[in-house]
Amino acid sequence: MQAIEADNLVVRVGGRKGRDAVNGLSLGLGRGVHGLLGPNGAGKTTLIRTLATVQSPTSGTLSLLGTPANGKLRPVRRRLGYLPQHFGFYKRFKVREFVEYLAWLKEMPPARIPAAVREALERVGLTDRAEDRMKSLSGGMVRRVGIAQAIVNEPELLLLDEPTVGLDPAQRLRFRELVVELGREACVLISTHLVEDVAAACTDVVLVDQGSLVFRGTPDDLATAGTEAHVGDSPIERGYSALISAKTAGGAW
Amino acid sequence: MTTDHPADHLLHRYSQGDPGIPADELWAVESHLETCAPCRARLAPEPIAEAVWASLSPLLDRTPQMPRARAWRRVHGWVSPAAGPWLAMILLVIAAAVVLDRAGFAVGDRVSLVLLVAPVLPVLGVAASWGRSLDPAWELTAATPRAGLPLVFRRTAAVLAVVVPGLAVASLLTGAGFGRWLLPCLAFTVGTLALGTLVGVTRAAVVLIAAWALVIVAPTIAFSRTSVVLGAAAAPVWVALLGAGLVVLALRRMAFTRLEGNR
Repeated sequence: MQAIEADNLVVRVGGRKGRDAVNGLSLGLGRGVHGLLGPNGAGKTTLIRTLATVQSPTSGTLSLLGTPANGKLRPVRRRLGYLPQHFGFYKRFKVREFVEYLAWLKEMPPARIPAAVREALERVGLTDRAEDRMKSLSGGMVRRVGIAQAIVNEPELLLLDEPTVGLDPAQRLRFRELVVELGREACVLISTHLVEDVAAACTDVVLVDQGSLVFRGTPDDLATAGTEAHVGDSPIERGYSALISAKTAGGAW
Repeated sequence: MTTDHPADHLLHRYSQGDPGIPADELWAVESHLETCAPCRARLAPEPIAEAVWASLSPLLDRTPQMPRARAWRRVHGWVSPAAGPWLAMILLVIAAAVVLDRAGFAVGDRVSLVLLVAPVLPVLGVAASWGRSLDPAWELTAATPRAGLPLVFRRTAAVLAVVVPGLAVASLLTGAGFGRWLLPCLAFTVGTLALGTLVGVTRAAVVLIAAWALVIVAPTIAFSRTSVVLGAAAAPVWVALLGAGLVVLALRRMAFTRLEGNR
């Protein structure tokens, strides 16, 4: 069973005059760490939202953890972890209370919540800040609380939208270790535009542009797609720009 | 000292903390135990460990932290974490309306301000409970299994649990009849949610508050007479609107499990 199975998925956003942010995408992802790469506006966030079941697909089929994602969502959502791009939180809550509240929203058995919250905070290194208010945290710490709430229910499918934004270099290294660890048990999909994160932590790269799949393979495969003539500081960056600029030629940005 | 291990009964008295052991014997036992692992093992047989656990485990079961966490969770199982300040503001508005009313300030044909603000107040509370403009964690909440009509109803019930008693006290103080505000209040609450399933709760709240201000409040002030919708004759209309709202809610309930209910 694949954790994510999408076939010819189309997601229209912005109402009647909107656009197809995801446009005929077919994808199957199993256990492991998958990096979702693509330029801004490629449809990464819409795809992640659709996989998180908060956005309905317009057409095509989508099945998550072996369940079609159009019927009863509750059982799937209990096994899902999601960190949105804009991670909003309650400023007056203590860190522990906030993660506990999310655990409650995820319908975890009440008896398991305190231990699960403690473990999640330990995994992101925030045990000593558990009793601090959310408003007292730095940007990187807030991001780590976001990761803690996503993993508190030990999800089988973990969706992280730009999780490394705001983390300092040491925290990003630690985050990569954590993600590799999580990828042994679960299907982890990380949306990012930091190519080096993908190279270091992901077993697999999914490259999207204009709502469609451009490339799927290992980071090494991506690196071989680029030549010295392409823009970039590392082989994998050159591979990225080779595949993206082949589709959208021109434009300084 | 290596040859003379302390006798069983002496060791037992030592482990019980018997004060009757002579000082020299006590020191001898203690210094022997420091160097002799087998005797230390004799000192801590299982019955002692079990006795310690027996007295500790009831305490561990009710550490002071647990009940506090449970009570806290019970509150936020109903009240949206974002709604607190808004609920306080609603109570303040009710209090202000009562004060103005008692001070003799009334609109037109003695229409109490309490009646004019009653339908708008729960709409504010509902908007604060579910919607991207006022709930910072809206996207996180929408993706959880608890998202959906049951959670929306819980949060709405919490809002009504503040608004309705507040208005009840206000109507007792000002003499505005219960029947004149209760139905519009409930109809607007359900109406916000029903319209919210179509256009998002925040937009629904804005539309309904604007409609109330334009259609009811403005004419009441302009023509100085009680609007018919606040009279007893309008009750069946309010009941019909309430029913229609509930039907729309039931049909469109899945909107609250997606982002579209949050707009």
